[in-house]
Amino acid sequence: MTLGKHIASSPSATLRTPRNDNLINQTNEWYNSYMGKAFKTGEWEKVVDIRDFLYHNLSPFDKGPGFLTGPSEKTQKLWDHCKTLLKKEAEKGGVLDIDTKTISTVISHKPGYIKKDLEIIVGLQTDEPLKRAIKPFGGIRVVEQACQDYGYTLSPEVKEIFIKYRKSHNDGIFDAYTNEMRAYRSSGVITGLPDNYARGRIIGDYRRVALYGIDRLVEEKQKDFDQKLGAMTDETIREREEISDQIEALHLIKEMAASYGFDISKPAQDAKEAIQWTYFAYLAALKEQDGAAISLGNVSGFFDVYIERDLAEGKLTEEKAQELVDQFIIKLRMTRQLRMKEYDQIYAGDPTWLTEALGGMFLDGRHKVTKTTYRFLQSLYNLGPAPEPNLTVLWSESLPEHFKKFCAQVSIDTSSIQYENDDLMRPISDCDDYGIACCVSQQKSGSQMQFFGARCNLAKALLLALNEGKDEKSGIQLVEGIKRLDKEPLDFNQVMAEFKKTLAQVVKTYVNSMNVIHYMHDKYYYERVQMALLDTDLDRLMAFGIAGLSVVADSSSAIKYAKVTPLRDQNGITEDFKIEGDFPKFGNDDDQVDSIAKELVDAFNAELRKHHIYRNATPTLSILTITSNVMYGKKTGATPDGRKAGEPFAPGANPMHGRDTRGAIASLNSVTKLDYKNARDGISNTFSIVPRALGGTKEEQVENLVNLLDGYFAKKAHHLNVNVLNKDTLLRAMAHPEEYPQLTIRVSGYAVNFVKLSREHQQEVLARTFFESIK
Amino acid sequence: MLQVHSIETLGTNDGPGIRMVVFMQGCNFRCLYCHNPDTRPTKGGKEMSSEDILELLEKQRPYFKNTGGLTISGGEALLQRKALIDLFTKAKKAGFNTTLDSNGSILDEDAKKLLEVTDLVLLDVKHIDPVWHMTVTKASNETTLQFAKYLEEKGIPMWLRYVLVPGYTNQKEFLEKWGAHFQNYKNIKRVEILPFHTFGFYKYKELGIENPLEDCPVPTKEEVQEAVDIFKKYFKSVYVR
Repeated sequence: MTLGKHIASSPSATLRTPRNDNLINQTNEWYNSYMGKAFKTGEWEKVVDIRDFLYHNLSPFDKGPGFLTGPSEKTQKLWDHCKTLLKKEAEKGGVLDIDTKTISTVISHKPGYIKKDLEIIVGLQTDEPLKRAIKPFGGIRVVEQACQDYGYTLSPEVKEIFIKYRKSHNDGIFDAYTNEMRAYRSSGVITGLPDNYARGRIIGDYRRVALYGIDRLVEEKQKDFDQKLGAMTDETIREREEISDQIEALHLIKEMAASYGFDISKPAQDAKEAIQWTYFAYLAALKEQDGAAISLGNVSGFFDVYIERDLAEGKLTEEKAQELVDQFIIKLRMTRQLRMKEYDQIYAGDPTWLTEALGGMFLDGRHKVTKTTYRFLQSLYNLGPAPEPNLTVLWSESLPEHFKKFCAQVSIDTSSIQYENDDLMRPISDCDDYGIACCVSQQKSGSQMQFFGARCNLAKALLLALNEGKDEKSGIQLVEGIKRLDKEPLDFNQVMAEFKKTLAQVVKTYVNSMNVIHYMHDKYYYERVQMALLDTDLDRLMAFGIAGLSVVADSSSAIKYAKVTPLRDQNGITEDFKIEGDFPKFGNDDDQVDSIAKELVDAFNAELRKHHIYRNATPTLSILTITSNVMYGKKTGATPDGRKAGEPFAPGANPMHGRDTRGAIASLNSVTKLDYKNARDGISNTFSIVPRALGGTKEEQVENLVNLLDGYFAKKAHHLNVNVLNKDTLLRAMAHPEEYPQLTIRVSGYAVNFVKLSREHQQEVLARTFFESIK
Repeated sequence: MLQVHSIETLGTNDGPGIRMVVFMQGCNFRCLYCHNPDTRPTKGGKEMSSEDILELLEKQRPYFKNTGGLTISGGEALLQRKALIDLFTKAKKAGFNTTLDSNGSILDEDAKKLLEVTDLVLLDVKHIDPVWHMTVTKASNETTLQFAKYLEEKGIPMWLRYVLVPGYTNQKEFLEKWGAHFQNYKNIKRVEILPFHTFGFYKYKELGIENPLEDCPVPTKEEVQEAVDIFKKYFKSVYVR
């Protein structure tokens, strides 16, 4: 079936069967009785389907940003107050306060306000702004350590509960881990796994609460529950229990909203309610879960439908519409999770990954840019730059030119946004309503979830192959059956043969560890809130990752095109490498080495598919490091590309620091050769350029950045972080952090306040290639 | 074959849009303020064929959109005009915009042939006064002015460029004269003022050659504005790089 026919036959990309005909009449009546002026009707009334609602009701906006307004007085005052709080938080060492006694649930805390009279959208994670909550279901020791790191003591009662009576996700995993898994974990071949923290990444379709109200959602879940009958297999029993948990969660969200004085049992009536209802749902997830990344999804278009209706009916002005958005964004910016200091090594800068996807296209060729898409971006001017929410533009060549230029302008002014290729993801997934989980990973809204799995240190795996399967740091045997490589200089084919064997073993252990982790997470720290806002029968992905791709590509290239001789210690373990002659390096648009990088990705992904995956999830692969490239580098010995022991890797799929010498486009082009089809969890590329190198005037810079993005994505690239900065600015911020509280920089699929990074991470950012013009 | 000094894949300062800029090896001027002294010697550089360059261009095609393309810069591109005829002919045929960044110091039959396949010329007229031009570049501006005239006659679009160096090229009377000279040229699409900068200073150190403008200040904002104001009397679109 062609795409065109598919659209013609049904407006819905995801075909869902109405449950029965009676329901249609019932729901129409049901809906109209609650809504003042009804929206355009569609399948969405019969079944829970936000995409269909948007398909019928979204108003694509073709014009430019001329209509936008500045912050309202209330917004300004509220944000000023927040800035004071943020300053206090920074002065206190990064954490303002911790509630060490209350185990956080949807309803655990009484309502909290920043400044009640100034707030248009309400709701905080605890009873005070920036006060962090404890969520010990992931692991009690982590929570205890986190409290201690910031000078607090975890309540002994809470500790007792989790030591004596209630097992955590972390306990469960270590009860089941094999010795092999433990050894891989401590060596750092597989690292950053969510086995002592929550997995996150699941995006509830929070919009559902606004469009349908809690009662209808409960009704639908109840119907699903009633259908899970028949032989009581493990799976059916589990599903029945899970749906019951979800229904419970829905009731709790309603209760939490009621404590703020809102009845969300019925659909939202106007824009303010739609935003507030959606936020309550999201807040509920943030209250129960502290997974690394808890993305928002794509709410701006949904909000726009309500805002447009209110504007048309004269209930709202542009100033008030912007105020709603700014106030919602303020709430997102004040979101906090309690983390151990150690966590900063892999996820630096206290990120929360409240990722919001903006723009993109419908499958039928209409674009999805609305006035509210602009309003979200405008918040970066009204409130100043910020890393969160993690604003991600779904780029398509067909987006309106005005919008493209506005995005480029925002990038140049704030370095706060990232881009992903909608023209690539939309057709492959046959989906035009999706969010971005964490940094770069596509997740269909409402119908898909993923099991997050950090990453494998590919460079370390290569060193295992060069050392007969032994860890180059500890000498411990991790992989059996790897031949001794004593040919000098190293022989490319021999090395690759042993590397392939090593990878097969590493992937096997990696998959097995992930299966254990997610079994336990489902069991001990199930995301009942998010799952209540997703379809009951879900498409599950399991997201694997690799780090150090450019290190391994360059190392392989060195072995192939130069002469590489390992320098071994008395135990025969590689300490360093002697490299004679030059070799092609990833990042210069040179197929000789770029093809090696591509093949590494393809091979790793193929290896993943050989194994049983928990809950029959589909394995996906990311080339993303977050900021752990620094820590992975530290744990990895010298590599054959000339990288010394302990030196950082490049982030994500980036070429190694300073090795991309042929200019920005050559560097970008190398990354475009990695095949997204084999890395569906995302290929992250972080690009830093000095403003002057983008063009002589602001107008030219904007135009060139638009062309750069169009060109890069036309070559089937997946993701780009864009920083437009001078290194001097960063150096000044390092010397005078107090003057740069809002200086934002994209690091690897997310952004941080630069001054919140450790010195080590700051230095790594500075070592990255900043493209300048030669002339 | 072409003697290439280096290639910038994201060129944004030498012509419209995103450009692949090929810096050619060798120059016949000796500008006091030269910021690429390493491109001066005619020997050296990397040998590349037209096909090599075209292959690289092809890889960048999606970035050019409707505006960008190929810019040949230097050194002085015209020194290799014969080989460039072949490159530009092929590049144009393949649909790439061809731009020549030049000092306009050669206008022979080959140069004219090259201009037949050139979409845009970025012409540096470094001084309007012959004596000052000699001081600043160690060469005459006679051919450069003929070159500009020839472009006008042939209707070949050009951007005029002017490097503004305090004490050397910022004399008001000469800026006026420069403007007046080109005022009625119909092929001028824009005029660019390039304020003298020190980014290339490190190259003098690396090459171990004397930097004659080591102590020369960069123009102040006011000085740049003064030049802009003068040029604006003569030209519609004046840019500062």
